[in-house]
Amino acid sequence: MTEITKEIVAEHGLTEGEYEEVLKILGRAPNLTELGIFSVMWSEHCSYKSSKKWLKTLPTEAPWVICGPGENAGVIDIGDGQAAIFKMESHNHPSFIEPYQGAATGVGGIMRDVFTMGARPIANMNALRFGRPDHPKTGHLVAGVVSGIGGYGNCMGVPTVGGETNFHSSYDGNILVNAMTVGLADTDKIFYSAAAGIGNPVVYVGSKTGRDGIHGATMASAEFDDDSDEKRPTVQVGDPFTEKLLLEACLELMATDAIVAIQDMGAAGLTSSSFEMADKGGVGIEINLDLVPMREDGMTPYEIMLSESQERMLMVLKPGREEEARKIFHKWELDFSVIGKVTDTGRMVLTMNSEVAADLPVGPLADAAPEYDRPWVKTPLSPVIKPEDVAAPNDLGEVLLKLMGSSEIASRKWIWEQYDHMVMGDTIQRPGGDAAVVRVHGTSKALAITTDCTPRYCYADPAMGGAQAVAEAWRNITATGALPLAITDCMNFGNPQRPEIMGQFVGCIDGMRSACNALDFPVISGNVSLYNETNGTGIHPTPAIGGVGLLKDITQMTTLAFKAEGDIVLLLGNLTGEMGQSIYLREIEGREEGAPPRVDLAAERKHGDYLREMIGKGLVTAAHDLSDGGLAVALGEMAIAGKIGACINLETDLPLHAALFAEDQGCYVITVRPDDLEMVRGFALAEDILLQNIGTIGHTDLKIDGGLTISVDRLRAVHANWLPELMSRPGSE
Amino acid sequence: MKAAVIVFPGSNCDRDLKVALTQSMGREPAMVWHGDSELPDTDLIAIPGGFSYGDYLRAGAMAANSPIMREVVRKAESGTPVVAICNGFQIATETGMLPGALLRNASQKFVCKDVDLLVISENERFVGGFQQSQVVRFPVAHHDGNFYADADTLDELEAEGQIAFKYVTPEGEITDEANPNGSLNNIAGIYNKAGNVLGLMPHPERLISEVLGGTDGKTFFDHLVNSIV
Amino acid sequence: MKARVYISLKNGVLDPQGKAISHSLQGLGFKNVLDVRQGKTIDLDLADMDRERAEAEVEKMCQQLLANTVIENYSIELLD
Repeated sequence: MTEITKEIVAEHGLTEGEYEEVLKILGRAPNLTELGIFSVMWSEHCSYKSSKKWLKTLPTEAPWVICGPGENAGVIDIGDGQAAIFKMESHNHPSFIEPYQGAATGVGGIMRDVFTMGARPIANMNALRFGRPDHPKTGHLVAGVVSGIGGYGNCMGVPTVGGETNFHSSYDGNILVNAMTVGLADTDKIFYSAAAGIGNPVVYVGSKTGRDGIHGATMASAEFDDDSDEKRPTVQVGDPFTEKLLLEACLELMATDAIVAIQDMGAAGLTSSSFEMADKGGVGIEINLDLVPMREDGMTPYEIMLSESQERMLMVLKPGREEEARKIFHKWELDFSVIGKVTDTGRMVLTMNSEVAADLPVGPLADAAPEYDRPWVKTPLSPVIKPEDVAAPNDLGEVLLKLMGSSEIASRKWIWEQYDHMVMGDTIQRPGGDAAVVRVHGTSKALAITTDCTPRYCYADPAMGGAQAVAEAWRNITATGALPLAITDCMNFGNPQRPEIMGQFVGCIDGMRSACNALDFPVISGNVSLYNETNGTGIHPTPAIGGVGLLKDITQMTTLAFKAEGDIVLLLGNLTGEMGQSIYLREIEGREEGAPPRVDLAAERKHGDYLREMIGKGLVTAAHDLSDGGLAVALGEMAIAGKIGACINLETDLPLHAALFAEDQGCYVITVRPDDLEMVRGFALAEDILLQNIGTIGHTDLKIDGGLTISVDRLRAVHANWLPELMSRPGSE
Repeated sequence: MKAAVIVFPGSNCDRDLKVALTQSMGREPAMVWHGDSELPDTDLIAIPGGFSYGDYLRAGAMAANSPIMREVVRKAESGTPVVAICNGFQIATETGMLPGALLRNASQKFVCKDVDLLVISENERFVGGFQQSQVVRFPVAHHDGNFYADADTLDELEAEGQIAFKYVTPEGEITDEANPNGSLNNIAGIYNKAGNVLGLMPHPERLISEVLGGTDGKTFFDHLVNSIV
Repeated sequence: MKARVYISLKNGVLDPQGKAISHSLQGLGFKNVLDVRQGKTIDLDLADMDRERAEAEVEKMCQQLLANTVIENYSIELLD
């Protein structure tokens, strides 16, 4: 038997203090299998030891929340006995090492989280962050990640309906791949993970277990160095075909009442699934590892427990229902094996070859999981950059063209054309808009789905950035006419043992909390990815927000496209012209500086609620929020989507370049039919909302008085060409 | 009228096809599992898109060898109309019901977007709902849709009126830019010699209502159903 | 006994993957690469039988499933 030395403990990522705790719990030294189990259960990825203290401060409740954080995914009520189930999760480290498989298995994992709870996945989204466009690895990583996401989602037959992509040098050594899945279930058919029923069979279904990804969970909790390329063998390989069969088989079995509890084997595989099920149910589990279906010969208990082979599930069945379940899984040509039973001992007992391979107390191991209050320092704030601090450019038209073709704003069509975004026949707002809208099958209602975060804002002011990420998700859902209901968060940060990184985390949570409260937009699920650092340099703090809203009547949906000549263009909200952290400042002046734009949550709420009401009354023909690139870019995007121009006459005291390119928050551009203008104005007046008539739709140019005239075709060309050109460079295969 | 949709492990457009057929027929088609060796009595066989058997080995290769496909081939030979969409088209070429093969897209990338198609040959049953030379819009979503046939076969397809659709510009011009996958002669769909089997890469079942962005697919299925009744 | 089946695209059939590999190799500085055609190998583990019979069986497998003879060539190698 392997002797547990200090080196072995360190290799397992446990601190001395944590190992002391292990010895205390067991009253003896662990064997290697047991040490492996502790190491993954107490890894950052599984235990949230650095983040838990702060995550607990986020609002997680609302009358429509059925299940908040803690299960495989969160659940909200969408009326008519139906529920939306969703979550976002990171697969950052594996995707950097092997972009295709890393991204593919990330998508596979998040879909399993959702269908484990009884939901059929109906939409996928992805929030991606890559290094600077001209970094030698960026093209290769973009190509691999995008084809991996497509390869998995397309084969599953679940539409990938949108997401977001940023490029910044802070991600040169640590890309972010955050995958979100939304599923649909009946509220009385939701499945949870708490094991129950002493003597009930514990069943393993899905793919066989191999040596894939051993220690993926600890890898996901470690920093990179220059040898990270060598870590390749621990990346798992996805098999979307098997997952499609697993999905259909699980849903078929879930239609019966045979299942007591179910949990997918994600990170840390059989270990975390079995411990979580036992811990939640307050029971013990006995597993005979000889009965685990294995793909390779000679696997040890250590390898079986830590394998991250994909497309596997663990279930507790009602007694006597094994044959019924076995039949379903065999029909779908999947492995099915009763590997153990629920016990009343409160211990996890694993045997192999008639010997005890591990014997651990479930409760104490979970309860004693470390929770740290890591030291943190507040991020120093940057000064506001006022309009007058930024010199006017020579040619506003050239500025707009440059911004439309810049890395942050250019069209992502090259990406989403590689995703099947229409399969399942319910995508009623395709990628490219503010939020994707997916009809609830067989009904006239729909879900609006978005992912949002502006990492440069979070870097400059974590609290403002955190609030902005939540507010933008709320705004994007609102712009379709839907009512925002809840969010999932994917918290991507650097090394939490550095107080300044921990300060970013605390700040972002702080801002998110304010925004969630102000907007009635609770967090119902999430994931934390720390140690996104290479050689001591962390990523921009990136709390990616995935938001879901409900559109009660699909005929009331709006899109951002300009619709008809003669429609009036209105600006909803107030422009301040503050230029800090704007794309303008970065692209035109080469400065990444200043305070991010202020988020006024009260105004945000008021403007959004007003817009939704106007959309609901059928008074709004197009709506789009102001974000990257400000008002001018918003107008450009609406013109491109509508294939029609507009004549804009903006009355403002601000310098025109500041009015056009500042990224003011809580603002929208909307269009109305001329006949409806007075009514829309009346409602705004009554609620003391600033609504400014800024022009009329028509012609083939976007014309801004005193500023610029550019043909919509030219705008479209620069907007469309940037990404294909980047990806056609050598090395971007 | 009765229709049957064949379902393989990994099919994923079977539900979409069912929805489209139900909308046009006013009743649901039979969903037939690949392991069945017998087809129900049916007036139309539809083979849906997806990734049967994960498209492992070659797209459609394993499905083509399933028991139900022997039965489908037999029915097709005796004249039952068959519409084979996307993965269904790949399966149909693998069985030999349709000539040629579908290779990896020339771009090597999966492609999902609306495409414009020119209705080429007259075939009252399948495209009688459209004018000849009409441009219609269906979406494509595939990784292996690059139609290939040797030169003789290609000549024969053109000469015998077996080409159903070609990828074109919105104005109806056959150009390289309009070709999403590198198919020879911009071919998007073909008929067998007898004209009762249609294979096509685009998905008519995806544009069957205004809310989804178009209705050319509805016209296609409405006419197909009417012409069979 | 073991058999190995090599499958390649027929000459004249466009091989975009081969083209991309060729392009990448050139990009990496392997200037002597004139053309690349890619294919796949399939390793079969067979029950023991005489070589002639094995060959005939694998031939049949190629015809029925492993290769699509509209676009692909195949060759068979018996390894022991």
